[in-house]
Amino acid sequence: MTAAPPVSTERVPLVRLTGITKRFGPVTVLHEVQLEVAAGEVHVLAGENGAGKSTLMKILAGIHTDFEGRIEYAGREARPRSPLEASALGVAVIHQELSLIGAMSVADNIFLGRMPTRNGFVCDARQHEEARHWVRQLGLELDVRRPVEQFPIAVQQLIEIAKALSQNARVLVMDEPTSALNAPEVETLFGLIRSLKERGCGIVYITHKMEEIERIADRITVLRDGEWIGTAPAQELPTAKFMQWMVGRDLGEQFPRRAPQPGAERLRLERFSVFPDGFAVRPMAKNISLEVRAGEILGIGGLQGSGASQLLLGLFGAYGNRARGRVWLDGKETHFTLPRTAINAGLVLLTNDRKATGLVLPLSIIANATLAGLRALTRAGWRNPTAERAAAERTTGRVKLRAASLELEVGALSGGNQQKVAIAKWLQTQPGVLLLDEPTRGIDVGAKREIYQLMDEWTAQGMAIILITSEMSELITLSDRIVVLHRGELTASFTRAQATPEAILAAAMGHATPSTPSQLS
Amino acid sequence: MSEASTTKAPNPLLRFVSSPAGRAFLALLLVGLVGTIFNADGAFFKIGTHRDALRQASVYGILACGCTLVIITAGIDLAVGSVLALVAVCCSKMAIHWGWSGWLVVPACLLVGCATGGLAGVVTARLRVQPFIATLALMVLARGAAKYASGGMKVSTAVKNASGGYDYVDVPTLFRLVDTRILGGHLSVVTVIFLVCLGLAWLALARHSWGRHLYAIGGNEEAARLSGVSVVWAKILAYVASGLLAAVAGICQAAQEQQGDPEAGVGYELIAIAMVVIGGTSLMGGRGGMGLTLLGVLTIGYLDKILSINAVPEAGRLMLTGIIIVTAVLTQQRKRT
Repeated sequence: MTAAPPVSTERVPLVRLTGITKRFGPVTVLHEVQLEVAAGEVHVLAGENGAGKSTLMKILAGIHTDFEGRIEYAGREARPRSPLEASALGVAVIHQELSLIGAMSVADNIFLGRMPTRNGFVCDARQHEEARHWVRQLGLELDVRRPVEQFPIAVQQLIEIAKALSQNARVLVMDEPTSALNAPEVETLFGLIRSLKERGCGIVYITHKMEEIERIADRITVLRDGEWIGTAPAQELPTAKFMQWMVGRDLGEQFPRRAPQPGAERLRLERFSVFPDGFAVRPMAKNISLEVRAGEILGIGGLQGSGASQLLLGLFGAYGNRARGRVWLDGKETHFTLPRTAINAGLVLLTNDRKATGLVLPLSIIANATLAGLRALTRAGWRNPTAERAAAERTTGRVKLRAASLELEVGALSGGNQQKVAIAKWLQTQPGVLLLDEPTRGIDVGAKREIYQLMDEWTAQGMAIILITSEMSELITLSDRIVVLHRGELTASFTRAQATPEAILAAAMGHATPSTPSQLS
Repeated sequence: MSEASTTKAPNPLLRFVSSPAGRAFLALLLVGLVGTIFNADGAFFKIGTHRDALRQASVYGILACGCTLVIITAGIDLAVGSVLALVAVCCSKMAIHWGWSGWLVVPACLLVGCATGGLAGVVTARLRVQPFIATLALMVLARGAAKYASGGMKVSTAVKNASGGYDYVDVPTLFRLVDTRILGGHLSVVTVIFLVCLGLAWLALARHSWGRHLYAIGGNEEAARLSGVSVVWAKILAYVASGLLAAVAGICQAAQEQQGDPEAGVGYELIAIAMVVIGGTSLMGGRGGMGLTLLGVLTIGYLDKILSINAVPEAGRLMLTGIIIVTAVLTQQRKRT
């Protein structure tokens, strides 16, 4: 990077990041990225999942302190070494998961860690008065003594913003702030953003929704695979060019998937909806109809919050009976309310987080690889360690696991090998339908290719696969057909020939399809 | 993970020492060494000392076996001490006052244990109350039940008669059978009962699919559920087994004391848990085993015996035991980081 231009006659931005490079171990997640936020602008930060948006914001907020590059706050260079220092520099982040403490009052939350005191005792009266002042600034009238958890999410979000303002924040980072809001609440938030702009605040706004970008963006910066792709004023960036920035031209290394020979229909869903949080709230996946044939890979595209993972979990029975709709497996109508019955019927799910929901890390490779199919290896419940070892050798061999010993704890393996153990576990149950949720997340290129190879082999043997992946190149090269979800609804479906990255991304962002106005709810 | 670094160490001895079993074994060895040094004028080398150490540790040991099963699922069972008292009271009532045969008393007592364990299991696994709270409540409840069943008095061989005096009845055969020695007086029957319980629990944990499921639940409950494990049933059965073993311990306690004391077993649950933890079974779940628990039982049992033959007053014994527990858990934590 060449030397940064001297601070000129131009308006000094509130914050300017230049040449930011961040590595996690050997992996570079940000490379020479830049971002500038001026007073009174909404700067949309866009990019696919894993593009590096969150990492960049964590650097700005003082959470990641080990990086290369330069940050200027109002023209002065500084390196925040903690979130506290960043907030002293005027940066506040409103996270997707709110950082409020539910059982504490609004006032206590706003002044958490810096409450006004007298002789060491909290000065409640003054705290309430000041809290009321900041809440009113947002056009909100509420009792600041009530616990935060008694207010709806939208109000909690506003309380969080009030907290940021009370810390004299000039730069507010909002990470998908509307994901939990309904339509009128979104309007309130946008109104607030406008008034924040007028007060001279700068806002970094992260979103996956095209509609929001069109409505509120003043400038747009696009990141892709940790690289800065470009920054442009919103009016000067037509949608087509924006999409091109988002997906790029080259799809990387193409994987030679053999021509599929779809056989009989293995799985069919009709108007399938999933309600993980109960029937009272909006379903995470709504009225989804799709089918997969033997030997076919159906890809599901979508961005964060698309509901694809919840769709598969609901289908697998992980949410019990909190799913509605009809399901046919190999022509027979079924409905799974327990993972165990789904597994026994030959439908298995590789979850998207192997450490949290896929593997039992303190147990050995053998124990993990035989966990789902243990019953077949027992007699009257009594285990047979020799048979287990043989079964684990067979299945881990099929996924080409490389481990010094099968007795090793799974927690000690690399990410790629852990994923292979998770896959081996399902192979042992001899499934007919394989649901794969991000099967290559966080594993190295070599292991990725091996998993692609395996998926190709399995379909050749007659398995049906549903694949969720946030990597566009993976989705396009592996899928025989692609459906796209946006906010829980199916917005488009493509054959292999029709699928282009731009079209998929547009559908994933809820754009360019005559979708019904279902925002009311 | 230290697993990776230890595999590189070529020295198998070093590897053993850094494993949980190795550290538990070292702790026991250390206690043995202390015993040979402070042998109380040779008392430590007498076979009777060892027999008594094992006998005194046996009731705790039986409780510890049950606690191990529960702790492996990342749960806890605080009720075992109270369940022991409840069963001791019931057992004495049936065997002494009602004169029931042992063939009837034992199954009835085991049923009481299973029922209390089942209650704890349903409340934790099905109703999702934290195990600590659920078993704490059961601990109080079972203590109350013990006092209710006994009328607040020890159920002994002195039976009140109609005229207000006391009749003395014989000690039941069941009690005499349990509170005796075999192998020429060198081994207590309660120790044999403990070892049988340990063996059965080991079989279930190490050789049955249920045991594997317990490890999986303790290591990652959600992953276990999504792998088709019947999490609720496996957990309920763990608490049932713990209640069952507490009942066995209750029968042994009643037999040794020749009475059912509703105040018996206070604090036993904590000693049992300490034995499990000193053995190296993780309170976080997913790691541990019956072999480790045996080492833990022996360590605390012998420590207590050595202190008592050296006439260390109870105050000192308690404080020392506390220090040992903290030290053992600290070495466990150091391994994790």
